Formats: sequence, C-alpha cells, structure tokens
Amino acid sequence: MDAIISVLEKNGLVTAFAVIGILMYVSYVISKKLTRGRVHGSAIAIILGLVLAYFGGITTGGDKGLADLSIFAGIGIMGGAMLRDLAIIATAFGVHLEEVKKAGLSGILSLFVGIASSFLIGVLIALAFGYTDAASLATIGAGTTTYIVGPVTGAAVGASSEVIALSIAAGLIKAILIMIATPFIAKYIGLNNPRSAIVYGGLMGSTSGVAGGLAATDPKLVPYGAMTATFYTGLGCLLAPSILFLAVRAVFGA
Amino acid sequence: MVIYGVALLSVCMLVGVLLGDFIGNLIGVSANVGGVGIGMVLLVLVIDYLRRKKKLDIPAEEGIKFWSAIYIPVVVAMAAQQNVVSALSGGPIAILAGTLAVVVSFLLVPVISKVGKSSDNTFNNHTRDV
Repeated sequence: MDAIISVLEKNGLVTAFAVIGILMYVSYVISKKLTRGRVHGSAIAIILGLVLAYFGGITTGGDKGLADLSIFAGIGIMGGAMLRDLAIIATAFGVHLEEVKKAGLSGILSLFVGIASSFLIGVLIALAFGYTDAASLATIGAGTTTYIVGPVTGAAVGASSEVIALSIAAGLIKAILIMIATPFIAKYIGLNNPRSAIVYGGLMGSTSGVAGGLAATDPKLVPYGAMTATFYTGLGCLLAPSILFLAVRAVFGA
Repeated sequence: MVIYGVALLSVCMLVGVLLGDFIGNLIGVSANVGGVGIGMVLLVLVIDYLRRKKKLDIPAEEGIKFWSAIYIPVVVAMAAQQNVVSALSGGPIAILAGTLAVVVSFLLVPVISKVGKSSDNTFNNHTRDV
C-alpha cells in the first residue's frame, strides 16, 4: 500500500490525468444511464469535482480542495491557473473572428454592466446584514464580482480581514454556482450562439465559473465566453477600489 | 511537428500574459488585465496568417487541438481544487450575495445580447444553427 501511495505521490501530474480520466468516465456513465443524456457528462464531472473538493477541504483543512491530499497534489497542477489558461487559449483555435467583431460592443457593455450589477448586489446584501461603513460595503460588493477583486479592493480601502474573508466567500459561491447552474439555465437565456456567449462571459466574469459553465453547456462556446471573462477581473480591480468605492462613500459616508 | 503547435500556443499565452501585466501596471491595477483574452486573439490572428501562407502543417495543428480537447478535463481538475469549504463557511451573506449576483447576471444575458444586434440578420443565425 505504501509503495502504491509513494508512486502516486511521486508522479503527481500523471496521477491527476488518471484520476480525472476515471472521474470523467464515471460521469459520462452516470449521464447516460441515470439521466439518459439529459444532464451533460461534463456537467456531472464538474459537480463531482466540486463535491470531492468539499471533502478534500474538510479532511485536510486546506484551501485547495482535493489537491491538498498529497496523492492528489497533481490535480493542483492540472487544474491550476497555468494549464487552465493554456487550455482556454487553445480553444480559440475554433474561433471565428467575425463573430467576435460583431459582438464586440455588446461584449464591452456586458463587462461594465456585469461588474456594476454584481457590485451593487453585494453592497445591498451587506447593508441588509448591518454593515454601514463604505470600506466594508465596497469590499463585499467587490467580492461579489469575483473572489480576486474582493481582497484587492479590501486591501486598497482598508477593510477588516473578516470582511475580506467574507468577500472571497461571496466570490467563490458565485463561481461555483455559475459552474453548476449554467448548463441548466442556458436554454432559457438564449445561451446557444457566440454572441450571447460573449455577453455571458462579460456579465458573469469569474473565469473559473465561465470556463466550467460553458464547458458543461457547449464546448464550442467556451472561447467566446472566456475572451470577455478574462477582462472582467482586471476591470473589476480597476473600478471597485476607485469609482465604485467613491460612489459608495458618497452615498453612505466613511 | 506537433511541438511547433504547442510552442506557438505557449508563446501566444506568454505574450498575452506579459501584455496583461503591462496594462495592469500602466493603469495601476494589481492584476493581470485580459492576458488570456489577448493570448486568444493573438492565436487566432497568427493561425489565420499561417494558414493563408500555408505554413501550418497538420501535426502542428494537432499540437494546439490536443490542448483544446483537454480543456474540459482541466476544468474538472480546476473544480476539484476549488475552496468549496470556505465558500460555504462564509455564511448567509456570502451565499445570498453570490447567488443573487448569478441570478441577476443570468437575467441580463438576453437583455445585453439584444444591444447592437440590428446589423446581425436572422438569416445568418438560421444557417448557423443548421
């Protein structure tokens, strides 16, 4: 047994390929046998991945889900930002530049509307729960855009670490929910063509959420959504600690 | 050769991320601004150019296609290392804020999609569906 564990630990990335491959296989069997193909295999695989991440997190107390278990450390490399971004860029191989040009304006609009609306919701919920200072309100609002914008804003405006942790949690909930819900909601919001995928990416913003959500909906749409989503966090880090924070402070005072 | 495709992809990503960092610095943001998106646009443009020059052979394309195809498993691995525990331990504020943000964003997709659509005639959409 020790010998097996040692081999798996030493060959982390290869172990990850095997484990994820098996997880995908199981998911596609579940998709076919239990849902008669109605729920896409990749949607099930992503949900199973999140469930495993939960158990990994409970077992180890770490913050990287299943990847905190030493035999699954390779999953951290396979699903880490580096290979994820490489794979996302590779999906651009199937992009039609004409589609991007046609939807460019609505893509840019969706980024601003997406950041402003998520931020506003975060601020309103924080207000409802009794936060009244501009720094806390803006930080929770920023976290509601993505879990990266939250701590960046919190550090810039001097929010407490408790509020910063809360803002990260709000962003994580958003990312996870986007991954799970997108395949089920897609047909109701017309998410079936490049244009709506570009808009979807800009409104949702979370790169991991969009990457997971579109993968489970229609892989052909991935590059369009990812293209706008990757601008969201940067734009959020620009707007949240500056204009949006000042707006909150103007309304609610310091 | 397959590695030419993989190398091309990698260079596009590195240049994109570098530019993303540069833009972030320029506007004073401690984040990468659109690095991946820039990398994608670069890849599309370079491939288009190489195809027209007939400089892109099939093995090189396979090198890019492999990473495109491995995308879903990579995303599953990404899901398996999310900090689900801390997301749920954020309590009702985090859960409500995150959930409402997703609901409203979903509702806005059809609204924003309509903006500037006049140039896009329905005939094209139909042929694409077929």
